[in-house]
Amino acid sequence: MARAVTPRRKLINTGFAWAIGLLIFFPILWTILTSFKTEAQAIASPPIFLNFDWTLENYGVVMERSNYARFLWNSIIIAGGSTILGLIIAVPAAWSMAFVPSRRTKDILLWMLSTKMLPAVGVLYPIYLLFIQMGLLDSRAGLVIVMMLINLPIIIWMLYTYFREIPVEILEAARMDGATLREEVLYILTPMAIPGIASTMLLNFILAWNEAFWTLNLTAVDAAPLTAFIASYSSPEGLFFAKLSAASTMAIAPILILGWFSQKQLVRGLTFGAVK
Amino acid sequence: MGQIQLKQVTKSFGDVQVIPPLDLTIEDGEFTVFVGPSGCGKSTLLRLIAGLEDITTGHIEIDGTDATALVPAKRGLAMVFQSYALYPHMTVRKNIAFPLRMAKMDQAEIDKRVEGAASVLNLTDYLDRRPGQLSGGQRQRVAIGRAIVREPSAFLFDEPLSNLDAALRVGMRMEISELHKKLDTTMIYVTHDQVEAMTMADKIVVLQAGVIEQVGSPLELYRAPRNLFVAGFIGSPKMNLINGAEAGKHDATTIGIRPEHIDVVQSDGKWQGTVGVAEHLGSDTFFHIHNTGLAETLTVRAIGDVSLRHGDTIHLNPRLDEIHRFDAQGLRIA
Repeated sequence: MARAVTPRRKLINTGFAWAIGLLIFFPILWTILTSFKTEAQAIASPPIFLNFDWTLENYGVVMERSNYARFLWNSIIIAGGSTILGLIIAVPAAWSMAFVPSRRTKDILLWMLSTKMLPAVGVLYPIYLLFIQMGLLDSRAGLVIVMMLINLPIIIWMLYTYFREIPVEILEAARMDGATLREEVLYILTPMAIPGIASTMLLNFILAWNEAFWTLNLTAVDAAPLTAFIASYSSPEGLFFAKLSAASTMAIAPILILGWFSQKQLVRGLTFGAVK
Repeated sequence: MGQIQLKQVTKSFGDVQVIPPLDLTIEDGEFTVFVGPSGCGKSTLLRLIAGLEDITTGHIEIDGTDATALVPAKRGLAMVFQSYALYPHMTVRKNIAFPLRMAKMDQAEIDKRVEGAASVLNLTDYLDRRPGQLSGGQRQRVAIGRAIVREPSAFLFDEPLSNLDAALRVGMRMEISELHKKLDTTMIYVTHDQVEAMTMADKIVVLQAGVIEQVGSPLELYRAPRNLFVAGFIGSPKMNLINGAEAGKHDATTIGIRPEHIDVVQSDGKWQGTVGVAEHLGSDTFFHIHNTGLAETLTVRAIGDVSLRHGDTIHLNPRLDEIHRFDAQGLRIA
């Protein structure tokens, strides 16, 4: 028998869900609020929640002190570039694993995922040296490659899960109908996999956008993205919480807006395969 | 034209050989059914013919030309899948037109053929719908439509009716049979349902573990099963198989007799037992009989409604000329 959901129970569940949601969102909310405070109000004790003098001064200072547009552009290039490069490699890889699996396909998938378990700092030194030798340090091209490599296992895994959901009989039908491999991919598989490819792109873009370890360690000026922009506000001159918050808000705003408008697609992408 | 010949064809997956060397000829225009229990290799055999699986050794010839190395599209065969395998993002019209588009046919000809196929299959009103908006039977018809527009040299059906409910299945069975009469094209039809095999086939190929047990017309298989497997598989309800002393009386290790070849008599039957389950269908009555001393259960079909109930004693007379005899290897004794 299905469990009866009484109105009271529904109320409790809803309240609980909202509480957890707010708890997770609170740090972001607090950052946004702090960005509108003066430096003094930002560190006031007890903290002030809403009752402060709203000001845009921090944003003005931040815009004046650093070239936001350049950081933003670098972030877009690095996140976008690594996503597109990753897809170019991952689509054929996921394809072959989903539709012509070998006995070791599962092992390969697990091995790829296991590389995500390695602490990034463990390979920082070799990669740093490689970057120096190849002249990639502080270059957008270098970061695009590193970001792509870091997220590749997740892209392949997600696409693999998506492709697995496409009945192989439909592809076989296309083959019987005279479609070449290229036509099969173009007319049958891609249209059917578009939701999956879109949500994979989106997730990868967000992951690359937020990545801080590699971007901070491998860039200085020329290729520095928004993560470096935020970090530049925790300076040796002391912490300026309000300005740091303004910088953070400006850094996360684009991705927050993108995420908001594509949340339906994203949720579907993340739960795909798990829930039928 | 659509003659298909398999010559010493084998198929292995890794170290496991699922099809031992096999020879088979399917004549042009013939309706051939591959039948056998699940896992017997019938679908694999069909996929080998289609080219969706590569054969391990041997040759496949279509109309006398070696097709072993040809990709599916080049074999000139059309296939209807169990799951219909329609393209969900295309309308019915585009689904049916897809093979013609792949053949780079000009648009006017494509339209003409699609309209033609749609009217044959009663799909004209549904041409602009997507597969998701159709019922199971309609989807099946679209799949068939996609196959017929190409005018292939042979049709391959892989359990096409098993996703339909019983009533629809009977209807579609007739439609496919009629389509065969109309097109007069070779058809190979895979099923595990021996009723489908018996009703539709010109020629039945009974398979078990990748081996052909018998090839013949439905009635040949019914009248003279070559071995115990075919005897048990063809016919519904199953043939009764009896071992021991009773078989010995007929100089056989096992004798078989079909339920419809045992008569129910009032008294003094050659055999007797107690009625276990009686299935009254009105037109027939099926009795499952215990305590006969012959086999654990004996199935008997009586014409009309015979009013014997559970626990009653029943008297039976087998028709001696309908008894099939098998030796110790399970092979038919002529």
